[in-house]
Order: sequence, then C-alpha cells, then structure tokens
Amino acid sequence: MAQRIDVKDLNVYYGAFKAVEDVSMSIEPRTVTAFIGPSGCGKSTFLRTLNRMHEVIAGGRVEGTVALNGRDLYSKDIDPVAVRRTVGMVFQRPNPFPTMSIFDNVAAGLRLNGVKTKAVLAEAVERSLKGANLWNEVKDRLDKPGAGLSGGQQQRLCIARAIAVEPQVLLMDEPCSALDPISTLAIEDLIDEIKQQYTIVIVTHNMQQAARVSDRTAFFNLAATGKPGRLIEMGDTAKIFSNPTEKATEDYISGRFG
Amino acid sequence: MSTVTSSTEPAAAPPVGAGLSGLSRGRSVTNSVMTVVVYGAFLLALVPLAWILWTVLSRGYSLLLDQNWWLTSQRGITPRRVGGGAYHAILGTLVQAAVCALIAVPIAVFTAIYLVEYGRGKLARAVSFMVDILTGIPSIVAALFIYAVWVTTFGLQRVGFAVSLALVMLMIPVVVRSTEEMLKLVPNELREASYALGVPKWKTIARIVIPTALSGIITGVLLGLARVMGETAPLLILGPYSASINTSLVDGPMAALPTMIKDNFGQALQPATDRLWASALTLILLVLLLNGAGRVVARFSAVR
Repeated sequence: MAQRIDVKDLNVYYGAFKAVEDVSMSIEPRTVTAFIGPSGCGKSTFLRTLNRMHEVIAGGRVEGTVALNGRDLYSKDIDPVAVRRTVGMVFQRPNPFPTMSIFDNVAAGLRLNGVKTKAVLAEAVERSLKGANLWNEVKDRLDKPGAGLSGGQQQRLCIARAIAVEPQVLLMDEPCSALDPISTLAIEDLIDEIKQQYTIVIVTHNMQQAARVSDRTAFFNLAATGKPGRLIEMGDTAKIFSNPTEKATEDYISGRFG
Repeated sequence: MSTVTSSTEPAAAPPVGAGLSGLSRGRSVTNSVMTVVVYGAFLLALVPLAWILWTVLSRGYSLLLDQNWWLTSQRGITPRRVGGGAYHAILGTLVQAAVCALIAVPIAVFTAIYLVEYGRGKLARAVSFMVDILTGIPSIVAALFIYAVWVTTFGLQRVGFAVSLALVMLMIPVVVRSTEEMLKLVPNELREASYALGVPKWKTIARIVIPTALSGIITGVLLGLARVMGETAPLLILGPYSASINTSLVDGPMAALPTMIKDNFGQALQPATDRLWASALTLILLVLLLNGAGRVVARFSAVR
C-alpha cells in the first residue's frame, strides 16, 4: 500500500519566481520523513508539489520529475485529481468542512468520489476514526458538526478524513503548529502508529518534533531572502541531529540561527 | 455609548506617574460636541423613515384589515366607489418577481462562480466591468431597452413577461455582487482540503463551496428580489395597469402594486386615496416580509 517517492532535479516556481531549486531526494515507504528549515525556505512549497497541490495556486508550476513507485506524477497522461487521491494531505490549520457532520466529514472523500453504499461508508468512517484515535471520543455524536470539536480533535478528524480514501502517501504540512502540547502528543502518537501503513512526509518548525517522530530528516535552507530554497542535507534523523555533515544544518539545529 | 459616559465624568485627578495627565478641557469639549453631532445626524436620518412608516401605516391600515383586500380585484370599481381589493396587483407583483428570479438567479449565480472560481485575465475583468455597468443602469433605461427589443423589434405586446425581463436586468448585478462576496468568504483551505481528497474542481464548488456559502447567497437573492419588487419604471413602460385579475404573463395587461398606486394617484376622491395608501402599505409589507425571510434563512442555514 505504501509507496516510495523519488524526486529528481525539481525546480518549483510561482510565476517567474523560483521558490525551490534543484531538489533531488528519495522518500522510503513506511517511514516518516521530516522537512525542517527556516521560514520561507520552500519546504511547504516543495511538499505541495508531491501531490500536485502547488499548481492549484495561480502561476504555480514545476520542472523536473516526482516519481511515485516509478511513475512520474507530472507526465502528461497523469490526472492531477488522481494523484491527489493517491497522495493525501493534512494542512496546517484544521479545516473540517463546516457544513458537514463528523460522519460526513470523514465520508466526504469517498462520497464525493462516488461511493454511495451506506455500509461501505459506515465501515470506512469507523476504521478511519479509529485509525486517527478519535473514534472513542466521537462515536456517540457522529451526526454533530465537525467544526464543534476542539482544535486537536478537528486535526485528528482531518487526518481521519485524509486516510479514509486510503492514500498511499500522507503529506502533513505543520499539522501541530496550531495545537497545544497534549493534542500535539496525540497527533505524534498517531503518526507513529499509521506509519506502518503509509509513507508519511511531515513539515515541521519544531525540531524536537522532527527528532521524535521522523526516521529521516531533510534540511532546507535559502541563501538569502528572494533566493530560491535548496535541500541542504538529508539523512537518518539520528545522524542529522547528532552529527550533520553540513555546517548550516548544525547551526540551524543547535539554534544558532533560524 | 461609552463616549457619552466618559464626557460627563469629571476630569481625572492630577497624575501620579510621569507622563500621565487628566482629560484635557479641550478634548472633553470636543468629545461632547462630536457626541451631539453624531447622535443628531442619526436622529435626523431616522425622522423621514419614521415619518413615512407612520403616514403609510396610519392611512393605509384600515383597508388591509378587510379580507376583501386580499381576495378581490378592482374590477368594475370606479374611483368614486368604496370596496374591491388588491389581489390582482399582489398577484402580478409576486408572479413577475418570481419569474424574474427564476431567470436572473441562475445567470447571476453562475456568473459569480465564474468570476470567483474560474475567472482569470481579460475575460474576467471584462465580465466584472460589465456587471459594474449593469449596476449603474437606471431602471427606466433597462425598461426602454426591453421595450426596444420586445415591442419595437419583435412586435410583441406589453405584457407581464416583458416586465420580468426588465427586472432581470436590474436583479442580475445585485445578485452577482452579493454571491461573489459570499463565495470569496469561503476559506481557500476548504477548497484545498477537498482537492487533497482527490475531488475535482467542479465537484468541490458544487458540494463544498456552494453549500458553505448558501445562506449568504439566499439572503442576497431575497434582498435583490425585495429591491426589484418595488421597481416602477419597467411597469410604466412595459406593464400597463389593469383592474382585473390576470394570471397570464404573456397575454393582456397585468397589474402590479406600483402601478396600482399610480392608478389611484391624483383621483382626488377619498375611496381612491384610501386605496393608494393601502396598496403602498401592502408593497412595504411584502418587501419587509422578504427581508425578514432573508434574515431567517441566513440565521438558520448559517454555518456554525
């Protein structure tokens, strides 16, 4: 179910502005890969190219290849909608659909893709909510609005919504930055559990979090404001945090800048 | 409100800390003056409103209490005679407005969806500019345009449907603008959340964006409807008054409340004058009812 991602020579643009330059990396299946780096270094932008969400923004385009199990996501015969069905995403701020109940929120992805059978939906909702460690908290009020949950519960609801469509890869864009420490812990435990089944890529500003949850870490940096971001170094999390190869990585991790 | 109380408080005691000082005399005087000016302007603006309401209510209410007002027409009733009702005119106003909405709302809502969700570049700017121009068209010009098309070019009769067409021209820009604002209020994060689930753009708009903005869109439609219901110019050009009930939009003259008011105007006879005020009050009530309905819909379908 989980798949590997190979990125080769990727340049990412906003119109004429090059935001990320020349990134090549491999993301292994059933691992958690963390992207760290200062604000504006392009890690979120790069993350959004992995499921073709970048081109939703006007002027967004890329050069290079992103291959999912060997298939280039950007080749002409690939439908971006199908890519996003395979590579799911959780956003920085919890964004449940405000018009929908808890049940409908989790079922949304399946329903909007044409699944109508009640039993299938109910089974998927229960499985996803259990997968997101939210089932016990909401099983008695599935018909209540999703927006009525606490911030941490909403974020787990969004994770349940994302895994309900059974993606191969789950991208997380600073999923805990709007949450308190307890909810953050719940999400981190969750990431640890679901990495058995998914390839997970997480962007985070919290280096302790990267150290706690990830197997591999990629450090992004930019030379100066207005210059494109680059991948400086990528390796096993233990090595990046204890014995990085690059001086910039060490400076960033030890808090000397950024 | 707090400015009123603060102006009446005595100046504060001499300061303890450095840099602090009491309310200066000049500022408290300015405050009092401005308070009086602001409240005065508010009351002044309220005077004509209350005056109109009172005049129309006090002169028009008695006929509305009679059930004949709501159930019969003016057929065979001369200005000299008491009696009859406004059913024909109420029916005409409601039917014309409903047909207008039926045509205008889909066009306007789809235009707004285009402008907010798809429109980029020259075409979108041109459409938006056209909507602005349409907003500024005086209602009588819209009516004359429809007259030129409907009567002069196609040689058709002046009927209720032609009135509806003129109202469509006036309603479209109002609904486009209000729907546009509502769609812009839908957070982009919801669209992205939907895309990230592998939902195509059109389905995202139909199933996520529109439902989220629905209460606002409905409110805008009802407010637009309330506005065109009181339009008189299209009726003067395209909708001759008739004292009898006419349910057909395409055959024969169809009465409406504004033309009923005009028909009773200048008759200098008490029964006609009474009917004038009563039909004015009826029109105000209808518009008020629609506004109220808009608020109720907004409250109950509002996204929590």
